[in-house]
Amino acid sequence: MTYIIYIAFIFMALGLVFAAIRFVKGPTAGDRTVALDTITTIGVSGLTLLAYVFQRFIYVDVALVYAVLGFIGVIVIARYLEGAL
Amino acid sequence: MSIMEIIGGILLLIGSIFLFLGGLGIFRMPDVYNRLQAGTKATTLGGMSLILGVGFLEPSWIFKTLIIIIFIAYSNPISSHALARAMYRRGHLPLIKGGYKKEMDAYSEVEQPQKEEVKS
Repeated sequence: MTYIIYIAFIFMALGLVFAAIRFVKGPTAGDRTVALDTITTIGVSGLTLLAYVFQRFIYVDVALVYAVLGFIGVIVIARYLEGAL
Repeated sequence: MSIMEIIGGILLLIGSIFLFLGGLGIFRMPDVYNRLQAGTKATTLGGMSLILGVGFLEPSWIFKTLIIIIFIAYSNPISSHALARAMYRRGHLPLIKGGYKKEMDAYSEVEQPQKEEVKS
């Protein structure tokens, strides 16, 4: 079970690194926002897995609040890029 | 190992592999719409599968993990659709092989996006 969790963390860290590279060098603002959305979802998954590893139930609440705030942030950035805000 | 731990471990591996594929698609795809396609759908499946795997591993947490799964399932398509509409209205045309044709565009009768150079 421990090795499965290690493998899951390694895959998630690799995905996070690729999304962060696109977040830094993305040509337009939309690319950066897509990368931010991906980083948010990977972060929510990582917080939930860390809650299992550390056996703390409160980290699941932190993951839920982070999901809500990331969703609202992406919506606000999209409305701003559209010119409607 | 019980049967719940085996199911949870398999879901964990599937979810982490799909999260990695989402990040790789963000890095490799050529256009902003292709990046939306790769980075949002794969990440939705990966996140839902991994959080459901944690719910299987710890069966007393299943309600709050189901709440997160339902929230991801309706919030991720909404944000990707809002981003795609915003980038279209900014004037970013989709990358089509053989040049952009106006009759392939379903929104071209509704409004005409003015062509704008890509800011670097």
